[in-house]
Amino acid sequence: MLRVDIEKQLGEFSLHASFSSEGRAIGLFGASGAGKTSLVNMIAGLLRPDRGTIVIDGETVDDTAAGIHVPAWRRRIGYVFQDARLFPHLNVAQNLDYGRRMNRLPSDPVQHRRIIDLLDIGALQGRRPGKLSGGERQRVALGRALLSKPRLLLLDEPLGALDEGRKLEILPYLVRLRDEANVPMVYVSHDAAELRQLATQIVMLKQGRVTSFGGVKVLT
Amino acid sequence: MSEISPAEWTAILLSLRVAIIATLVATPFGIALAWLLARRDFWGKSLLDALVHLPLVLPPVVTGYLLLLTFGRRGLVGGFLADHLGIVFAFRWTGAALACGVMAFPLLVRPMRLSIEAIDRRLEQAAETLGAAPWKVFFTVTLPLALPGVLAGMVLGFAKAIGEFGATITFVSNIPGETQTISSAIYSLIQTPDGDAAAGRLVIVSIVLALGALIAAEWFARRATARLHGN
Repeated sequence: MLRVDIEKQLGEFSLHASFSSEGRAIGLFGASGAGKTSLVNMIAGLLRPDRGTIVIDGETVDDTAAGIHVPAWRRRIGYVFQDARLFPHLNVAQNLDYGRRMNRLPSDPVQHRRIIDLLDIGALQGRRPGKLSGGERQRVALGRALLSKPRLLLLDEPLGALDEGRKLEILPYLVRLRDEANVPMVYVSHDAAELRQLATQIVMLKQGRVTSFGGVKVLT
Repeated sequence: MSEISPAEWTAILLSLRVAIIATLVATPFGIALAWLLARRDFWGKSLLDALVHLPLVLPPVVTGYLLLLTFGRRGLVGGFLADHLGIVFAFRWTGAALACGVMAFPLLVRPMRLSIEAIDRRLEQAAETLGAAPWKVFFTVTLPLALPGVLAGMVLGFAKAIGEFGATITFVSNIPGETQTISSAIYSLIQTPDGDAAAGRLVIVSIVLALGALIAAEWFARRATARLHGN
């Protein structure tokens, strides 16, 4: 499903990560500054590796030796950022529809309904992002990413900006997503408890290197 | 004070036409340049930036003279345009529009550039991950978010264009009905005996137009802030 073998120099920091996973929910675990976000940005195509390859679902999206770099907008990935990044000039319904319009996908009312129900965001449709709570914003961001029909969903600390109460509010949605949405995901977190609930496989990152890889038990 | 005479109306309408055309033609160039200066790093960027601002600090008579040398009938560009495309600037209202557009350009670009710089680039990244090609990101995210700044730039540019005097009179002279704008009409009137009343009326028109533009620009700027905060 996902194969990564990259090197990247970012100032003083060097990232050198290699792993391959068929897991449905890969947990990328590490302290802040371990290189998690840079790694995810490379999978997304927002950052270009200095050397190496990235293969998503059998398609080579990066291969520096062969000069391949598929731009982010052609990778068909969904990316949920820590800070939601909803478009402030569009309401919730337009935000949700953005990926479908950009990818020129035919409308799919069944899937649309299913995701909106899954995330409980039906009542928010007419609102502007500025009028949403942090938790609501994050649910809409999840829906927006899923509705672009990605083949891989990247979640970079999607609960990171929320307080404890809000985290507990969103976590069940993420578990449902993993079990029902049928999209493999890479879930980034520095919170072992979160990953124990969500991930089926763990990639542990320490100072830019993969230190362990395996089942959830590597977290202990 | 008596009513506005037909001759004064001619000057007012010509000024409006010149300023509107100048603003509309300058806007796409202004947006492109604002984006380039806000978002790209390239060799000669500071030089380009300085060049854009040059009409702001250069004596207008110099700008007008340079336009005459370049776009006049015997000018390098002017000669080519006249011979091949039939576009003539010298001593025509189109020349007045060109002069006004050049003079207004720095004021038009500035708010556009600031509003593009204020946009969170991470929103553009988000759009990219959702499948938007760079040009689609520009038209669906960057431009809509910058729109109040774009409109503010247009309003300021328009206000500058309608008041332009030095470069216009140098380049296209002061021909009633063709190149005599409000400013050049006032200039002629105050040199004419008994022209004071007419000059006074045109002065009032100028003040009203300028004030209106400034208030409109301020209103658009406030809208920009609200828009970026997603309310």
